[in-house]
Amino acid sequence: ERSNLAGVRHILLVLSGKGGVGKSTISTELALSLRHSGKKVGILDVDLCGPSIPRMFRVQDNDVHQCDSGWVPVFVDQDKSISLMSIGFLLEKPDDAVVWRGPKKNALIKQFVADVAWGDLDFLIVDTPPGTSDEHISAVEALRPYKPLGAILVTTPQAVSVGDVRRELTFCKKTGLRVLGIVENMSGFVCPHCSECTNIFSKGGGEELAKHAGVPFLGCVPLDPQLSQSLEEGRDFIQEFPKSSAFPALAHIAQQILDGTSQRSS
Amino acid sequence: AEAAGGSWPEGCPGTSSAQAGRAAACQGCPNQRLCAAGAAAPDPAEAAELRERLRSVKHTILVLSGKGGVGKSTFSALLAHGLAADEAKQVALLDIDICGPSIPKMMGLEGEQVHQSGSGWSPVYVEENLGVMSVGFLLSSPDDAVIWRGPKKNGLIKQFLRDVDWGEIDYLIVDTPPGTSDEHLSIVQYLGAMHIDGAVIITTPQEVSLQDVRKEINFCRKVKLPIIGVVENMSGFICPKCKNESQIFPPTTGGAEKMCQNLNVSLLGKVPLDPQIGKSCDKGQSFLSEAPESPATSSYRNIIQRIQEYCDQHHFHEEKII
Repeated sequence: ERSNLAGVRHILLVLSGKGGVGKSTISTELALSLRHSGKKVGILDVDLCGPSIPRMFRVQDNDVHQCDSGWVPVFVDQDKSISLMSIGFLLEKPDDAVVWRGPKKNALIKQFVADVAWGDLDFLIVDTPPGTSDEHISAVEALRPYKPLGAILVTTPQAVSVGDVRRELTFCKKTGLRVLGIVENMSGFVCPHCSECTNIFSKGGGEELAKHAGVPFLGCVPLDPQLSQSLEEGRDFIQEFPKSSAFPALAHIAQQILDGTSQRSS
Repeated sequence: AEAAGGSWPEGCPGTSSAQAGRAAACQGCPNQRLCAAGAAAPDPAEAAELRERLRSVKHTILVLSGKGGVGKSTFSALLAHGLAADEAKQVALLDIDICGPSIPKMMGLEGEQVHQSGSGWSPVYVEENLGVMSVGFLLSSPDDAVIWRGPKKNGLIKQFLRDVDWGEIDYLIVDTPPGTSDEHLSIVQYLGAMHIDGAVIITTPQEVSLQDVRKEINFCRKVKLPIIGVVENMSGFICPKCKNESQIFPPTTGGAEKMCQNLNVSLLGKVPLDPQIGKSCDKGQSFLSEAPESPATSSYRNIIQRIQEYCDQHHFHEEKII
């Protein structure tokens, strides 16, 4: 029997030791950028307590259906180039808390990895919650037979975030997960009124960490209210705001991932 | 696929209930085996022992959020500093974020280690009247990762409550990781919801945060944990050059204010973004002391005062019953 992941060419995880640094944001924008480069992308959201992905594509009210090979992922639009799976689609009421201990979370993650009928995808992006616990251990174990491409680690510039991301790097080393690179998110804010740049969450910590750890630095993404607004409303930031301050950085991250995969194939 | 759609059987007793997996309604539920396995729920006798150990704690405040990165640890640290400003009060700050312990850095205690004495583990003291405990103090290198599944995390939380020699405390502040999982269930079960004054819930203005915070509020209601109120953090940014305000995390669905109205909880206050906050946290200094003139400082101070008032009333209420 053909595995549900047999048609997926590249699997990559988006991790961070730290919460609220922009993992789901980067997962979403990476998916949108890859789609604009003609790729078919899936996002598997394994954050069971705080699933953010459905809303970021404005499909939070959708349901999940079954087919012979398992669960059908939710398509974001007609051309079916982005598909999603998240516990967010399985909750009866969106405000229902998923108050599960580890073993139950692990069981669902194994199902998410094995039982979603993704079909053929160029990329499967796995968005994770913060930390180095049940969800991460289970996801990496379940994905291991499918040889993931690696992980992108997201941080904000300040030391408090970088401190947690250092631990995530250790997690990657211990679990044999290749680090594709580090993204420094929320790196500076340019005032839309006077163009003064303020480093609200400091600057440079992500880049320094990449250097210190000997992993690629994928770039700095600035704070951008247009990006926040797009995510709130489930809009396609990459298509709608190409002149926005965050766009070049996000496009560059996607390009580096694409370059990395084409090198791998050749 | 098993557990299709994830719908719970009617009459489901709840996964954290003592009846989980054992009730009549559980028959045939694909998760029955997991729930019945008990999944490391604390045993009542043990929980009673822990509460006895913590009898000398006058007030306990949990700092929660469904969402990560909204400022729980920042707030916990400042609440601790704020309450400890009264030298007559003894304050304890317990960090139960096992995977991402931020408190040691924020309190300027990085590199400190825990010492054992005859009476147990000693908290690490920032001031004479402010003691701190975190898994961060048990790690020997900043690169050390704590890659533990739930049961092991629960075990450490139990040790923090049982083996730390806190002494007589006026305020125990518990900083938590994001989510509604092992750590949160355990702390509520070990401490007993009745013995916690309440939870302060932190959010940022945008819907992406609020949607997780509503779940946290539901969690509190499910486990009967009183909610002191909600703090809206990162609420607007004033450019230091032109003084215009920008909503970096826009309240597209009405922010915490609307959510609090809808869910009938108190909004304790809103705190604006200030680059000095992050800097102070990184340096391990109290932002309240470093930037006394910042609008964010007055917001924090007002919120801390409201929490103190809530605790005083709560205490008074308990005395009345006795």
